[in-house]
Amino acid sequence: MSATDRIIPDRLHSAFEQRLKSWETLLLLVAIGIFVANSFASPYFLNAWNLSDATFNFTEKAMIAFAMALLIISGEIDLSVASIIALASTAMGAAVQMGVGTPGLVLVGLGVGLLCGAFNGVLVTRMGLPSIVVTIGTMSLFRGISFIVLGDQAYGGYPASFQWFGQGYVWWVISFEFVLFGIIAVIYAVLLHKTNFGRAVYAIGNNATGAMFSGIRVRRVKFILFLLTGLMSGVAAICLTARLGSTRPSIATGWELEVVTMVVLGGVSILGGSGTIVGVVIAAFVMGLVTFGLGLVNVPGIVMSIVIGALLIGVIALPRLWSMWRAR
Amino acid sequence: MLKRLITAREMLLVGAIALLLVLIASRFPGFVAPSNLANVFNDTSPLILLAIGQMIVILTKCIDLSVAANLALTGMVVSMVNVAAPDLPIVMILVIALGLGTLLGMFNGILVWKLQIPSIVVTLGTMTIFRGTIFLISDGKWVNSHEMSASFKAFPRTELLGLPVLSWVAIVTVILFTVVMTRTTLGRAFYAAGGNPHAATYAGINVGRTQFWAFTISGALAGLTGYLWVSRFAVAYVDIAGGFELDVVAACVIGGVSIMGGIGTVGGALLGALFLGIMKNALPVVDISPFWQLAISGGAIIVAVTLNAQANREKGRIILKRAEHAS
Repeated sequence: MSATDRIIPDRLHSAFEQRLKSWETLLLLVAIGIFVANSFASPYFLNAWNLSDATFNFTEKAMIAFAMALLIISGEIDLSVASIIALASTAMGAAVQMGVGTPGLVLVGLGVGLLCGAFNGVLVTRMGLPSIVVTIGTMSLFRGISFIVLGDQAYGGYPASFQWFGQGYVWWVISFEFVLFGIIAVIYAVLLHKTNFGRAVYAIGNNATGAMFSGIRVRRVKFILFLLTGLMSGVAAICLTARLGSTRPSIATGWELEVVTMVVLGGVSILGGSGTIVGVVIAAFVMGLVTFGLGLVNVPGIVMSIVIGALLIGVIALPRLWSMWRAR
Repeated sequence: MLKRLITAREMLLVGAIALLLVLIASRFPGFVAPSNLANVFNDTSPLILLAIGQMIVILTKCIDLSVAANLALTGMVVSMVNVAAPDLPIVMILVIALGLGTLLGMFNGILVWKLQIPSIVVTLGTMTIFRGTIFLISDGKWVNSHEMSASFKAFPRTELLGLPVLSWVAIVTVILFTVVMTRTTLGRAFYAAGGNPHAATYAGINVGRTQFWAFTISGALAGLTGYLWVSRFAVAYVDIAGGFELDVVAACVIGGVSIMGGIGTVGGALLGALFLGIMKNALPVVDISPFWQLAISGGAIIVAVTLNAQANREKGRIILKRAEHAS
């Protein structure tokens, strides 16, 4: 038995020529197409600072999307991510009022994210509850706590050193958030594609019972994935709060939809078992370019959400329609 | 066995609701006055209507997150129709509301049935598409009370035998779907398709088509509720009933509908909706800020789903599962 026999493939039948026809290649072409279309549609598009601004449309969401991708590959889902952002942001806001400094704020943000992730994880893996209901529940619960704490008020007064996480630039037009996005992408790509843990995630997504009988600690892996998703929501909360400079309980409303869309658009099967981080990275760029391009030609945000919703359904429906049409 | 389990659950819920009412009454006796309880029921009617549709969808192992957006879109369309043609009889408005809601539900159903896209993806997508469409057709403007015709606004408030029409619609729907779910082949097919899809297929039930009908019913009820909602509150805008889909799912889960499919009753959905409705109406009375509402709904979902899982784990179903594996 050679080594390759034991590898669980990222997607089935991934020969080289099929990789050329793969989802990621297709998506890259779409991204390039949108880029070109945008630069024709608006004279303001091809400008280094504008493009740099455009990255903020997706960096925070993409950070969560990487963790979410792993979670969805393992066959679970977390719809509470946007509410975790709200709760973490509220906690950081409360900490600021108590005079906590920047390092403390970061710890609070990450800590709340981890706690929320652990809460979801315990309910799903220990109590054996379906993740979709649990996270619909915690989606209300976490944001509900923010509403209880803040009501119609807002927290502000974040220190300048904290705001750098959302507004700072590392070099020229390269923002701190963009660098962080890149680093996190690499970490998750290595974690998913080059480690035993990543293999376990695929195995669980393809056949959880089979994975359990081959010695994978299914519940522990899933618990870690919920922790990671919570942690990344905490990271996103830090970046978003720092960028906005204030916290309201309605912060990041509807982001769970955009994060899931990003993951699915990136070629991750919503039924679990397949997908790549590269796909999610390209999908992040596609969504960022679409929203930025539409914004430049003065399309209101709610109309963009139609495009996002249509993308979500379209990317799954079109390949299936295509294969149904070819099967005739 | 299963039947006894479900009725036991429902008795538990009836007990919980009674306890809740006693607690509130101990501080505010006026809350349990028949006229106030009738008001609470009327106020909960939209939730009851949507929860029944949602229960049927969840029975077939799906979920419909687009109900609130469907309600809002249908509500906006009938309001705009009313503004454009104030003399159109209410019967026509009802037909338009039911028809449009049904079409939107069918759109979800077709995607789930023919393309086999997971329902959560479909309805997350259509949820935003429906909301965005409201903005497109209304240009973000409100349709206000003074623009609506008097008969348009009067319909849900008209009193029949002491109760408003809105309440009667909920009562009739509960009775109708109790009959459909227990006495018709389609009703039993919903249980079969969700309880054991493979067995259902061998028994000659088209699981996909059953799911399609579930979405169609959910859409029709959402459309009907859309008209009742905008006429009762006498206003239509993009964000009406925002986030209401979560309350609807919460009502089902509290009512003992299993998210894994196959378990749930109309009575359960009704009780779950009433529980949430009483809670919502009681909060301002016992002087708790309405900002608590969201967290309480969320907490209730988690508690209910935990209890459901425990109940299903301990009783009857396990024997069935074992029999499945053995064969």
